[in-house]
Amino acid sequence: MTDRIIFENVSKFYGEVLGVNRVSLSLPPGVTTLVGPNGSGKTTLMNLMTGLVQPSSGRISVLGLTPGDPDRFFREVGYCTQFDSFPRGLTGWDFLFEGLLMHGMSGLDAHRLAYEGLERVGLTEAAHRKIAGYSKGMRQKIRLAQAIAHHPRVLVLDEPLNGLDPIARAESLALFEELSRQGMHLVISSHILDEVDRISDRVVLITGGYLVAEGSIHSVRSEVRDKPMQVLIRCDRPELLASRMFTLNHCVEARLHPDGHGVFLRTTDIDEFYRLLNGIATEGLVHIEAVAPADDDTRAIYQYLIGSEGGTS
Amino acid sequence: MSAALKSLLEQPWSLWWLQGRRIAQIEVRRNLLTWKAAWVYFLAFAPVAIILIHFLFERHPQFALLDDTNVLAGIVQFYYIRLGIFFGCLGIFSRLIRGEMIERSLHFYLLAPVRREVLLLAKFASGVFSAVLLFGSAMVLGFAFMYASYGVAGQEYVFNGPGLGQLEAYLGVAVLGCIGYGAVFLLLSMIFRNPMPAAMLVLGWEAINPVMPALLQKISVASYLKHLMPISVRGEGIFALLTVQTDPVRGWVAVTGLLLLTTVVLAYSCVRIRKLEIRYTTE
Repeated sequence: MTDRIIFENVSKFYGEVLGVNRVSLSLPPGVTTLVGPNGSGKTTLMNLMTGLVQPSSGRISVLGLTPGDPDRFFREVGYCTQFDSFPRGLTGWDFLFEGLLMHGMSGLDAHRLAYEGLERVGLTEAAHRKIAGYSKGMRQKIRLAQAIAHHPRVLVLDEPLNGLDPIARAESLALFEELSRQGMHLVISSHILDEVDRISDRVVLITGGYLVAEGSIHSVRSEVRDKPMQVLIRCDRPELLASRMFTLNHCVEARLHPDGHGVFLRTTDIDEFYRLLNGIATEGLVHIEAVAPADDDTRAIYQYLIGSEGGTS
Repeated sequence: MSAALKSLLEQPWSLWWLQGRRIAQIEVRRNLLTWKAAWVYFLAFAPVAIILIHFLFERHPQFALLDDTNVLAGIVQFYYIRLGIFFGCLGIFSRLIRGEMIERSLHFYLLAPVRREVLLLAKFASGVFSAVLLFGSAMVLGFAFMYASYGVAGQEYVFNGPGLGQLEAYLGVAVLGCIGYGAVFLLLSMIFRNPMPAAMLVLGWEAINPVMPALLQKISVASYLKHLMPISVRGEGIFALLTVQTDPVRGWVAVTGLLLLTTVVLAYSCVRIRKLEIRYTTE
């Protein structure tokens, strides 16, 4: 059995409207973030992956399984959708417990897993309240609990941070990180790029139903060679460093860090930039404390490739 | 043993049975314990309420027992089969799939490790159970109130006469009616976003079915049920529209025919649900 999520030349049309077109992907375990503007095809990709919609052409398999074999497929896959609706009249506990009973497990196992799921998302105290009375954040959490309760190996999360307060977001991200460390696949779509970026191993950029780029954040950023890259250099004399770099290299922009102990430099030739920076450091005129890419993240890639701002928290 | 049979036996039947039972339990609760089911209760128990009022306040004279037996047969034939069970099943069975799509909750079922055919059949079974429970208990109550008003003569008719046999036949008709109409409305609700116009067409079809050629008469739930009625009442006036007059058919042929029709409809429904997509925005 393969450990990958594979899309082979997958297209989906809703009548004459394009959902996604000729998408081919092979995703290894870890956290994969789907990035793209509204209507770009992120949710369609997730729905295709889980069989909620059928591909017009192409093939999809998750760990070698297809949704056509739901008995096995949905034991390995959990999907936290964006649909903010629930079966009528259920409490949070009923929602989880009944879902687990449908797996065919014993009442005792379903009880244990339902409690564990609620505990993981911090909803044990509200478990016996009707979902209809939950806040948006609580409804998001109960959906997440249902998706993870049966211990799937693949977790698909459509905008999982929507509606969560900052503390709940941090807790959810910590949970995602923990699940990823356990070797799970996490496929996340989110417009809160700053936060998801921290835990992503790779990104899939999609716009207008077309796959724009895919890979680790660093490698995708490196592919965008025609866009100037921004680097933050922490040092004691940022103005001097900026003036030296401007005379020696193809620097196109310099901006002092607000605290006065660093400078953001934008260059069109990153390799030459680092070589020259080493030279300046060895001269001893400027004491360099730290160097870090400042736009080697999902937001910057999104901006460069798709052309608009990614969302913020 | 052929490979196909071997493969069939190797399927996880016990798991499917367990999953089906659990889904059906959940669904029965949702079918019966909701305010939206109030009008189905009304459809089932409205005649019972009328019979009860007669029993309490306006008892018929003893010689009217046979007349009331015909009245009861008429209630089953004209009201329950043609209207009560028809619209009750429309309400119950169109909620099972389409209702969940309208409420945007069907995806929870489709994301469970349950074969869609098991899901569909379990939902169908829950619908049949709910409808039979409501309409069957209404018929039993109506029957009891009707003959209780005749005291000893009523008891004699029920226990030593044809009464119990008639009740069994009415219940059999109710069960088959719920199965037949249930399957049809489950399928219609999967095909049409609003199954009501299609249901009206079915009602019209059932009404004009007797004048159809013999072959087309076989595609009708009411025509099969007609042959199972213990007492046939001829409709007059507006009730004539609700009366099905077809060539006589043996009871076992009628039952087999109806079950065969149901099987075909359910098989096609299974094909449809395998291809069902969740696109709530179009609902």
